[in-house]
Amino acid sequence: MTGIIDLTVWQVAFAYLFVLIVLTIVRIRGINREKEIIISSVRMTLQLILTGYALVYVFNNPSPFITGGIVLLMETFAVYTVFKKFKGRLSNPLKKVIAFSMSIGTLSCLLYFLFVVVRISPWYDPQYFVPIAGMLIGNSMTGISLGVKSLLEGMTTQKALIEEALILGATPQAATRSIINSTFDAAIMPTINSMVGMGIVFLPGMMTGQILSGTSPTTAIAYQIAIMLGILGAVALTAIIMLQLGYRTFFNEEEQLQ
Amino acid sequence: MFEFVDVRYKDVLEVPTLYIEKKKITTLVGPSGSGKTTILKLLNKMISPTQGRILFNGVDLKEINSVAHRRHVVMLSQSPAMFEGSIRDNLNAGLIFQERELPGDEVLRRILQQVKLNKPLDSLANTLSGGEKQRLALGRVLMLNPDVYLLDEPSSALDDETEEIIIHMVTEHVRTENKTLVMVTHSKSIAEKYSDAIIEICQGTCLSRRCKDDRNH
Repeated sequence: MTGIIDLTVWQVAFAYLFVLIVLTIVRIRGINREKEIIISSVRMTLQLILTGYALVYVFNNPSPFITGGIVLLMETFAVYTVFKKFKGRLSNPLKKVIAFSMSIGTLSCLLYFLFVVVRISPWYDPQYFVPIAGMLIGNSMTGISLGVKSLLEGMTTQKALIEEALILGATPQAATRSIINSTFDAAIMPTINSMVGMGIVFLPGMMTGQILSGTSPTTAIAYQIAIMLGILGAVALTAIIMLQLGYRTFFNEEEQLQ
Repeated sequence: MFEFVDVRYKDVLEVPTLYIEKKKITTLVGPSGSGKTTILKLLNKMISPTQGRILFNGVDLKEINSVAHRRHVVMLSQSPAMFEGSIRDNLNAGLIFQERELPGDEVLRRILQQVKLNKPLDSLANTLSGGEKQRLALGRVLMLNPDVYLLDEPSSALDDETEEIIIHMVTEHVRTENKTLVMVTHSKSIAEKYSDAIIEICQGTCLSRRCKDDRNH
């Protein structure tokens, strides 16, 4: 097993040829997206450079406070991203439910994964804590976004059926059961689909990174299997907490649709 | 049974006083948009007054659990939604929501006969016409056998002949089973023929209430 080939600045610069090719294509085709492509490429480059240096500092100076702070920052950013995506469509109680379910769903899976599955030492080791938290929180953020979208759509398009069920004596939970089930499906299906194609259709990012950095493919695969199961758990737990508490926010104390 | 005390609902309805008697047939009449459906929804606790109180057997509706109340006081909306699935699924829907035992197909067929819906139980509910859906929804409510029926224009999508048969069947059922019926209707002749009391609603307020016995209750 050889170590990874270090990329010089010039070698990385060669990769920008892909951006130039895309820019040429959109210009020839008259697709007005040059600005977005340039901005996103520059943002991606700057953000990753900053993150790289920040991680070097964090890894060289491990501290429970810094690790905790980074996880908190990730959680806050993920919750904020979900709020921004549904701007003006979320009630305050639903926002609280989203923040609560993201925190509980991801943190419980993260702690279980690090302390029971990987068993890291010291317990706040940022080399494990930070990337694994990123994967669990990032995937849960995608899952909960899909879940919230499906929940909002369901509560709007199926309002007549929910009212009909309430009129016939259903509890709010029974009246929204089919919406809750399809919302849970919407939240976890992308994770399930990616598990089905994994290793055959594509090699996942974390595994590719580990293999490139010289880790044995068998070790990389063991990590990938564990992290995928962790992601499935975090996405499912986040979605189910959000749904179990979230549907109630559409009803008042007198079990009436708000 | 129901008593309105200075009830107001948003800008839609303002009823200082109104009484609906137990084990009687009461009809609400009045022009479209006058607040008849709002009254039924208030009685069923699908909405609550923004001001005032509604008493149910002397108890403020606010004190009563909404789900438990709706299981005794069942409403049939004017354009009832059909649940996905067959006629059988729809007839059983209310029982499933109320976690009650499901009957056999014989009982379901008898209900279909009562509401004059000559369709197999396995037919898909969403393929039915407007009038058929209305009758199926009425059957769904009859299956629950509640103490109080709140029917919002139960025959609006039916032809005159079927309307007469259906209203006759419902009122007969209510009288023999000693139930209470509050019904919204556009037809003054139906109101006159079948009800014990007629309440006239106009522009969100109750204009008059008259009983067949005394006419000026």
